[in-house]
Amino acid sequence: MTDSRVVRYVLRFVAVAYLFLLVAWPVSLVAKNTFAHGWSSMRTALADPIVTGSLKLTVYVAVVAVIFNLVFGVGISLILVRRRFPGRRALSALIDLPLAVSPVVVGLALVLTYNRRDGWLGTTLEDHGFHVLFANPGIIMATTFVSLPLMIREIVPVLEEIGTDQEQAARSLGANPRQTFLRITLPSIKWAVVYGVVLSLARALGEFGAVKIVAGNIAGRTQTATQVVEQTYQDFQQNTAYATSFILALLAVASIVVVSIIRPKGNT
Amino acid sequence: MIWFSLIVLIPLSAVIVKAKSGGWDGYWHTITNPQTWAAIKLTIIQSLLVTLVNVFMGTLIAWVLVRDHFFGKRAVEVVIDIPFALPTIVAGLVLLSLYGPRSPIGVDVAGTQKAVFLALAFVTVPFVARTVQPVLEQLDEEVEEAAMSLGASRLTTFRRVVLPSLAPAIGAGAALSFARAVSEYGSLVLLSGSLAMRTEVASVRILSYIENGNTAAAAAVASTLLMISLAVIVLVDIVQRRIARRD
Repeated sequence: MTDSRVVRYVLRFVAVAYLFLLVAWPVSLVAKNTFAHGWSSMRTALADPIVTGSLKLTVYVAVVAVIFNLVFGVGISLILVRRRFPGRRALSALIDLPLAVSPVVVGLALVLTYNRRDGWLGTTLEDHGFHVLFANPGIIMATTFVSLPLMIREIVPVLEEIGTDQEQAARSLGANPRQTFLRITLPSIKWAVVYGVVLSLARALGEFGAVKIVAGNIAGRTQTATQVVEQTYQDFQQNTAYATSFILALLAVASIVVVSIIRPKGNT
Repeated sequence: MIWFSLIVLIPLSAVIVKAKSGGWDGYWHTITNPQTWAAIKLTIIQSLLVTLVNVFMGTLIAWVLVRDHFFGKRAVEVVIDIPFALPTIVAGLVLLSLYGPRSPIGVDVAGTQKAVFLALAFVTVPFVARTVQPVLEQLDEEVEEAAMSLGASRLTTFRRVVLPSLAPAIGAGAALSFARAVSEYGSLVLLSGSLAMRTEVASVRILSYIENGNTAAAAAVASTLLMISLAVIVLVDIVQRRIARRD
């Protein structure tokens, strides 16, 4: 079967070459460009209060968004799988919407709802001195919006697979709902939750379009790391742009590697 | 539920309502504005092209990952997921460093429609490959062997035996990658230059409407994109239900 071996090699070569040219090579260049002059670009970038401020903000926003996702993602998944109600199918389709909607549209949607002039909720909230737009709540909302489905999509299949037998057994033995959840449900969806957390964390750290619109890009205050990359690049501070990108890319790659290591464990 | 509505449903319906505020005429006027129309057309054409490439390359990559075994396969698995986790602005920057004005290999596509294609191809790499892969893994190789032992050529076997079982997954992956491509923004900012009438995509157009304070027009374009996303999701949902029923 030399013929099939040739086909195999050709296919392997095409796949690897495509991925190398499109993904691996460009991504590796960011590391190369960052360290082209040794550690100096990285040092300059990390000495810049705008960069460090944006990184802190990004991490803060991402962590808060992931906590929201954790609580509501598990909650919504439980409702979706365990309850039967009209509109359930529509809800499950809508959950995926943030994945397919342009981040710019997400930003616009939040602006229209929460702006202080004629936003549906914005006027009331502003009257109570609660600023959503151009402030942290807006950034957190935008980030949560785009990363929520990642959590739910991980948990729902696992919940569907484990079924309710064990939960019913626990309950018939006298466990209250809280005990059932903590002792039975949570341990079985543990890996899906971890996986969801890592994925939504990666997504949250890298959100750009939606945040750009709701945050107003105020340097040092509402500028996240991705905004800094854009601005520094356009201001011809390319070394800083590369250094910041490198940090973001490192986090992204790290999260994928973490996921690929823990996933086989989750299957057993 | 309330949380979900606050974050997702209410803001999205605000977009639709705002788009309607100008009436059909206003909506139509915005969409048929030459620059906007060019942006929408470019977005859809490039997304279709990219999806076509993904259908082919994605299936091929999935096949290589499932059926082939070679050193470094684990690394390839990681590489496929990079575009999914990499911040889009960083994606734009890395593509620019290889295929931009300072390209080490002398390929400069920055500011052309090829750049739009390239950026979209980058961000949609995982979709088809990742939806086809699990289906291909479950496929029984014996059926293929049976087909071949009965005299079918490799090509016939693939076309008549493998492809029909993969088709729903390929379709779902293609729909997802199309939706993602249509809505892409971040990676295009640096790479395409967003030249009006030439390399400006719909998302960028929305943003410039917002920056000019014309939220009604922004909402009109946005609701067009929203409708495309929604249609795609419903399509995927139907396809997946069909697969589930067959199992």
